[in-house]
Amino acid sequence: MEFLAEQPWMGLFTNLPANLSLGLVVAAVSAWLAIGAVGASFPENLTLVRRLFPIGALVGLGLAIVGITAIHGPTQATVLPLGLPDLPFHLRLDALSAFFLVLLGAATAGISVFAAGYFRAGQGTAPGLLCLQYHVFLASMAMVLLADDAYLFMVSWETMALSSFFLVTTEHRIGEIRRAGFLYLLIAHVGAIAILLCFGVLQGGTGDYSFDGMRTAKLQGFWPTAGFFLALFGFGAKAGMLPLHVWLPEAHPAAPSPVSALMSGVMLKTAIYGLLRVSFDLLQVEVWWWGVAALGLGLFTALYGVIFATVQTDMKRLLAYSSIENIGLILAGFGLALVFRAFQMPQLAALALAATLYHCLNHAMFKSLLFLATGSVLHATRERSLGKLGGLIHRMPWVAWLALIGTLAIAGVPPLNGFVSEWLLLQAFLFTSELPQGFINMLIPIAAASLALTAALAGYTIVKFYGVIFLGQAREPALAQAHDAGVRERIGLVWLALWCVLLGLFPVVVLDLLDPVNEMLVGRGLGATTRDWLFLAPIDANRASFSPLITLAGIAVTVLGTIFLVHRLYHHRLRRGPPWDCGFPLQTPRMQDSAEGFGQPIRQIFEVFFRITRTLPTPFDKAPRYAVKVEDQLWYGLYLPMTKAVEFFTWLVGFLQQGRISVYLAYSFFTLLALLLFVR
Amino acid sequence: MTWIGALSQLIQLAVAVLLAPLLLGWVNQCRAWLQNKRAPSLAQPYRMIRKLFLKEPVIAHNASPIFRLTPYIVFGAMALAAAIVPSLATDLPFATAADAIALVGIFALARIFIALAAMDIGTAFGSLGARREMLIGFLAEPALLMVFFTASLISQSTSLVTIVETLAHREFVIYPSLAFAGIAFTMVSLAENARVPVDNPATHLELTMIHEAMILEYSGRHLALIEWASSLKLFNYSCLGLALFFPWGIVEGAHDVVGLLWAIPVLVGKLALGGFLLALIETMSAKLRIFRAPEFLGTAFLLGVLGMLVHQLLGA
Repeated sequence: MEFLAEQPWMGLFTNLPANLSLGLVVAAVSAWLAIGAVGASFPENLTLVRRLFPIGALVGLGLAIVGITAIHGPTQATVLPLGLPDLPFHLRLDALSAFFLVLLGAATAGISVFAAGYFRAGQGTAPGLLCLQYHVFLASMAMVLLADDAYLFMVSWETMALSSFFLVTTEHRIGEIRRAGFLYLLIAHVGAIAILLCFGVLQGGTGDYSFDGMRTAKLQGFWPTAGFFLALFGFGAKAGMLPLHVWLPEAHPAAPSPVSALMSGVMLKTAIYGLLRVSFDLLQVEVWWWGVAALGLGLFTALYGVIFATVQTDMKRLLAYSSIENIGLILAGFGLALVFRAFQMPQLAALALAATLYHCLNHAMFKSLLFLATGSVLHATRERSLGKLGGLIHRMPWVAWLALIGTLAIAGVPPLNGFVSEWLLLQAFLFTSELPQGFINMLIPIAAASLALTAALAGYTIVKFYGVIFLGQAREPALAQAHDAGVRERIGLVWLALWCVLLGLFPVVVLDLLDPVNEMLVGRGLGATTRDWLFLAPIDANRASFSPLITLAGIAVTVLGTIFLVHRLYHHRLRRGPPWDCGFPLQTPRMQDSAEGFGQPIRQIFEVFFRITRTLPTPFDKAPRYAVKVEDQLWYGLYLPMTKAVEFFTWLVGFLQQGRISVYLAYSFFTLLALLLFVR
Repeated sequence: MTWIGALSQLIQLAVAVLLAPLLLGWVNQCRAWLQNKRAPSLAQPYRMIRKLFLKEPVIAHNASPIFRLTPYIVFGAMALAAAIVPSLATDLPFATAADAIALVGIFALARIFIALAAMDIGTAFGSLGARREMLIGFLAEPALLMVFFTASLISQSTSLVTIVETLAHREFVIYPSLAFAGIAFTMVSLAENARVPVDNPATHLELTMIHEAMILEYSGRHLALIEWASSLKLFNYSCLGLALFFPWGIVEGAHDVVGLLWAIPVLVGKLALGGFLLALIETMSAKLRIFRAPEFLGTAFLLGVLGMLVHQLLGA
């Protein structure tokens, strides 16, 4: 026993009371791996896999609960006997990682239950293998959050990228999906190289790759900036920051819906976690213009993402672009927090950071909910294109009503969760006039304006999304056979919708949970300002206060009161008839706005952002055809030239490779000659 | 919250809900006079609402519950907004629960529901109206936020109460930033309330209509509620404009019932003047083509941003 106590990793077990949460998180990770292994042992057994997924969901729930208790607890750290000889795996559970573990666990609990009802036997990956990939993906995300040295971090990060790549290419028999997977893998690795280089910079020549070593490393001159921008590039590639966003709209539609939900809701947040970890925790240098750069990039990403989201015609691509938008908002909040911290304004930094973290949590919930809803629609109709859906609220009421909650949440209307984080972010922007730097003060109105514009456009997008899919008349006759989601799918959706409502109604509770993270990263929490549980007043009640519960009560009282009064005072007769539509007799479902039609004003107003190819009919066409294709300018302006350049260089290299033995012998001969010349 | 506070809150809400159709009637009357027409009676909107309530609503076969629920939600949201906007007194119990940003959010809630309801039946006009409404909305909403931001930069608060109290106490200071914000607010209000030059409330001409296209399928009590909610929206925007730019006469504190009763005629007077100006603007401008509307609102948005910039530059 004494021998065991000497081993550092046994601290996990001998110091059990002190390291209880960390031990439980490691146990949860192992449980996920075990579930994956069991599933993989019976690759073709779909029934088993369907039983395994809910167990994984329970593990996620447990993880969330452990995370919540660990946020307020002390930092826990341990060393595992795995890894390199002189760099074993360091684990650490502090407030920041605990918060993101809560996000991971809570979102996973819903998504896994949904996935239990979602996966079918099909052409793609065998269900058991899928179960392995899925749970390895979950476990690696948890390990990314726990890692306390660069080595374990990179190993988990790469495991996460690879397992999600395999999940994206579940339907690997379809060429388009393989291409999407490749693009994802490529950009994930370009990002991973940047992260690796970033850690190389951060260790500051000490050769100590543990995060503790990086915290104490003294970086000089240009190096901290290099480290920050490498991190921004690397994690930005994973998060979907411009101009590294191109993989999102390809990979999300390709992946099965629970996987899209997991990637968009949770995986993108691990990138935000990495960014926060590097810039607030590991880098001990504070430079204000880093924040301005992140803020600008974030706002541009948000605007770009939402403008593209409005013109999409594929429901999952639309949500993918909307994820880009939300990541942009999160990055903007992150940048603002950096600016405030650099100017030694910890309370405002805490406000901006709280808004950022809150939005991470909110986005995880409503985006997962909406992705899962598209999954149910996809299963019921086999259709991803918005132009072939419609009227599904009659066929799939459960999915439609739960998706409505997600829709309202993402549109940012009170009293749901999207509004709260938007409100906090706008408040943070409004306080910037206290900054000592006049130049930034001038930028802030423009930043606030683009933030407001983004939020309003998000409303446009989501009305189109919901209205075209669930409302109106069915655009195809086949939709009459659509069926509602199964029980497990409903449970998953209800769980996520519940979070959307609760996170919106009890923001003070959430901010209390966030406070240890704020204290850890910027040295101060919002603390005393959140004493009244009913009113959200982050700085001072005179400056701003908002009470979602009272707002909800107000809406409920006025709406129910109106219903009651109108029915009481007048009558409640009602007759059904054909639609009026200004008396036009001939009505077909094709006369409704299509997805293209609904996005047309945006396409016209923001034409410079798009690369549009139109096929217009002439008046003399027998069978007129109209087609419009909207593509990303950046793809043509940035990515294709880059591929051309790579192709050119490989061609140059290929020129050397003639494939004839005599040529290679000649190379050897000339090399030898040159060497002899040098050493002579 | 005291009972007097609750009473003042109720009085303000009741005044808003009951007077809103009157304001609409007054604007219509002024407009008719200015255009050399014979005006309908001031009570015409009340008569119309009553008539509609008595009629039996007919809804399409495929209308979902969202369609039936929307009139109540829109009316409820507008009534809630009327409780938040400080039109008679500032320190009402509800004012701390929702600030200017939340008010914009409540307007957005109403807009989203009415657009969804318009798409619900699946007619050509409905989705056309929804699309155009969202087009107006996505520019008007940030412009309105910019106006609020300018005012809240001056008063260092987004709470409407503090904004109004701050502005009311500085009568002799002229804020150049507020001038920009005022113009922006006027333009936004015209667009949001479906007035000329963005929309024409008096027409059912299919090529031009926005708001009317969305509510084509409504009848009976549903239509009555929507019409009432529209007039309430006009009332709310007018009161907002008065509170931000002409805040004098609004009672400070919620415990002054006599003052509150005095504030009612002051408000009515201000609204009468404002309504006349609205009718004047409507008479003197022509309706814009639908694709000029984004330019119009873009101008409002830019003016709002300019207001904030001017505030940052001049500190006023």
